[in-house]
Formats: sequence, structure tokens, C-alpha cells
Amino acid sequence: MTLLTVENLTKTFHTTNGPVHAVRDVSFEVERGECLAVVGESGSGKTTLANMILGILGSTSGEIRFDGAALPAKRTATHRRAIQFVQQNPLSSLNPKRSIGASVRLGLDTYGIGIRADRWRKVEDALEEVGLSRDMRHRAPSALSGGQRQRVGIARALACEPELVVLDEPTSALDVLVQARVLRLLNDLRARKQLTYVFITHDLAVVRNVADRVAVFKSGQLIELGRTEQIFSAPEHPYTRNLIGAVPVVDYAELQLRNKLAEET
Amino acid sequence: MSHLLDIQDLHLAFKGLKGVTEVLHGVDLNIAAGERVALVGESGSGKSVTARIVLGLLQETRNARVSGRVAFDGVDITAMPLRDRARLRGTEMSMIFQDPTSSLNPTFTIGNQFAEVMRRRDPGLDQTACNVRAIEMLAEVSIPEPARVLANYPFQLSGGMNQRVMIAMALVNNPKLLLADEPGTALDVSVQAQTLRLMHDLVEKHHTAVLFISHNLGVVREFADRVYVIYRGRIVETGPTDAIFHNPGHAYTRALMDAVPRITGAGLPEVPEVSDDFLAPMVRHEGGAS
Repeated sequence: MTLLTVENLTKTFHTTNGPVHAVRDVSFEVERGECLAVVGESGSGKTTLANMILGILGSTSGEIRFDGAALPAKRTATHRRAIQFVQQNPLSSLNPKRSIGASVRLGLDTYGIGIRADRWRKVEDALEEVGLSRDMRHRAPSALSGGQRQRVGIARALACEPELVVLDEPTSALDVLVQARVLRLLNDLRARKQLTYVFITHDLAVVRNVADRVAVFKSGQLIELGRTEQIFSAPEHPYTRNLIGAVPVVDYAELQLRNKLAEET
Repeated sequence: MSHLLDIQDLHLAFKGLKGVTEVLHGVDLNIAAGERVALVGESGSGKSVTARIVLGLLQETRNARVSGRVAFDGVDITAMPLRDRARLRGTEMSMIFQDPTSSLNPTFTIGNQFAEVMRRRDPGLDQTACNVRAIEMLAEVSIPEPARVLANYPFQLSGGMNQRVMIAMALVNNPKLLLADEPGTALDVSVQAQTLRLMHDLVEKHHTAVLFISHNLGVVREFADRVYVIYRGRIVETGPTDAIFHNPGHAYTRALMDAVPRITGAGLPEVPEVSDDFLAPMVRHEGGAS
């Protein structure tokens, strides 16, 4: 069943240097329970697309449908709750003056989730779910490591009981060991809570291990869309092949795949 | 064989409110002239502080306690007067930082910043001479229209361009040693691959030794001749890059290797946070320059 439909979506920014076409006539669907990766280099329109799905930015033209109904330009609280966001930089996305518990609770209060007396318990449940301890809710963001902060970001989004989570480069600020743990957590949570992900990243190696399908963006256009295995074994667009070829590899099987793709170009 | 950089039994501790925190517990590391050496480990393992000690920056921090021997070109820099140490920076050794855009000064043009670097070696240089040399250097890092870039401010350039400017600036005085702290992790993967290849060719051409700091073994494999793996302030494994990759001997090195996501899609392994195996004695692969 389709959860999210993006149809002929376009966003044009008007700058002093003339119009910038950040997203150009993009259409795709995301199935319920699926993880769709959106990849491309900086400036390819990935984040603009995410902002339009979240309702932070309006579109120039085109339509976004969620669960069968068109999303209005001004989102209702129900929509905002159902589509949550996990940001790239966990330090700058948490309020430094709030305890992390208060940050997680904010969504519960805003959307009126659960009864008031029960909300701290819900906050602690959410923290536990992402692998943090319950008493961590009293801590400030500055007292946490990068990996722990990103877990808080995930807990904050999940506490709102969303259906769709938009993740914008959730692990690119983390070192490889922490990244591996956070990616495992995201995979587990998606399976356990039947979540749908739109996973934005420039790292193709990450994509290979988390996504069901991949959408490749270049200069605001969707240039290739397909199942993950298919994109990695036989990418059609030379740009996709270049992106895969740029990934630093560690073992022989990877090197072979990379060489094979390079020969075909 | 004499080393360009020879670190022996390096210890570092920070004095804080809660007493003394030990960060490095006797690090031995050396680099031959023109050799590319990587120091790999997770955040907080002591990679960046090691580079800062080599630069002589950390010794000037009041609450840092540094002991051990750091010999650069045969001279122990820990025993050097402050001014002599400062004179080495930007001339004999230079550094490239993680985030190029925030490490360039936003209030000066690229041309002015180049001139400042070049005058460290040759104070009498006039702006025209500086520009000529800077344009040469920018062309070497494949920057299109180098003359235009000289007149630009860092915020007018993309992250990838700034990274190349940083590399050009770091190499303009022909240093013997380049310290590169996670260069390009702030950039996207294809730009990062490009800049690393560029840096690789350039240091090879100029015969510059590099201490390359990273947490990603995949990046290291394509760049370094030799690798040191550091865990909690101790070197746990060292050897030529090929030996480390084909036959990782230490549990921690294997964990780091497993953590790198594969484009062949082997799934995501369980990586333990701490393990007694990580504290096992150092594994040394013979070969290379050490």
C-alpha cells in the first residue's frame, strides 16, 4: 500500500542571480513499511525535497499525497505528527538549554499524545527504545556523545508515534563504529514499529545496507529509481555508477564490484 | 634509518576539576620522509591530540601535561623554545582540518590568506609574487580559473573548492610533513574521493610525508602506505596497509573494519562498545619503513 506519493513536484527559488531549480518535476511513491533512500551529491535537491515532504517549504508546483489524501500547504497537527524528522547534526538540532527529556516530551505535549501524568514514562520508554538509559532524561545535550545525541534525535521523532520518518543524513556526522550501531538501531526500529523511512544520504555504502529502494538525484532531477540490489548490481545511469565508484571500500568483493562498474562506464 | 617524525612513549594528560585524565598512554609512531602514514581510531581515541602535539599546539595549553619524545627532522620539539616551534608551523609542517569552510578566515580573500602563509617562509614577498605562486598552486589542485578564486572569499566557494584551497595552501611552502585531520569528512562521498586522490598525487609529486588521521578504514586503504590503529590512547596494531587489510590481527582493528558498511551489502554487524579483546597487546606487522 502506498503511504506517500510525490507527483510532478517542483521547487524554484528566485535569487538575485536568477531562478534556481532546486527540484524539477519529481514523481515517486513510497510504500508503507519501506525504506526509500534519496541519494545525490550536495546541491542535488535532496534536502529541499525533504523540506517539502515535511511541510517546512511549500512547493512551486506539484502535489504530495499522504495516505491517500493530498497534503495541504499549511499542515494540520495530525500531519505534522505523522511525518517526523531526524536531522543531520544532533548537537545543533537539540535545544542546549533543555534537558533531553524535555526535548523528547515537547512533541508529546504539542500533539497531546497520552495523558499528561503518563508522559514522563512515555519519554523514558522512548529513550529506552533507542538504547539509552531511562534516567538520561535529566541530562543536557552537551553532556552526551555524538552517538547518544543522535539516538535522542531518533527518540524525539519516535515519541510522536509517526508513520513516516524523514532522515536527513542521520549518520554522516558520526564515526564508523557509532554509525554502524545507529544504522542497526534504525533498521530494528523500522521492523519493530512498521515505520516508513525516507532516508537522505550521500553515502552509497550506507544505502546498500538500509534501503529497499534507491532514488538517485542530480541537479534537482530524479535520474534513476530502482530496487537496491538492482541499482548496485546494474546501475543504468553513469552518474549512479560514479557515486558507487566513489565509495571507499575495505574488502576484495567490494573492490571487484567497483572495478566491474568502472569497466562498464 | 632516520625518521622525519619519531614519536616515542608519548603521554598526555589533562588536568581538570575532577583530577587528571590520561589521554595518551605511551604512543610510539614514526614517519619516514615522503611516507604516507595513517592513524585510525574512533572519536576520543587520541588521534587529533597526537597531531596537535606534533604541531606543538597542545603544549601551549595550560592544563595539558605532555611527556615523551617527539623528534621532527632529528630535533626534539618538546624541548624546543616556544618561538622556534612556532616557526616550524606553516613552513616545515602544515595541517589540513576536517571542515575546510570553517577553518579558512571568512574576512579575507583566498589571495590574502595565501600571502600570509607564504610570508611565514619568506617575509619580504610582495603581493604580486604571492599571487603568481598561489595561482600555480591552485592550478595544481585542479581549480578552474585560479585567478578568479584568489579574489574570492571562502564563503563564495563550495566545500569541495575550499578543501582544495586548503590543500594548496598547506603545500605552498613545500613542507616536509603534512598533518591531515579527517580531511573531507565534511564533504560528500564523491567530492571526498576526488580530493583524496588529488592530495595523494600531490604529496607523491612533492615528496611530502603525511600523517593522515581518520576513523574510516576504507578511506585509509586508498591513501596510506602504513597504518597505526589507536584505541583509547594506545596503539593496538601497526603495519603496512596491505598487511592490516588482509590480515587484521587485533580484535579492535577487526571491529573497525566490520563497521564500515559494504557496497556489496553484507548487512550491519553487531559492534561491541567495549570488549576485553580491545585491550589485548599490540599487533605489529613487519615491513614498511618502521
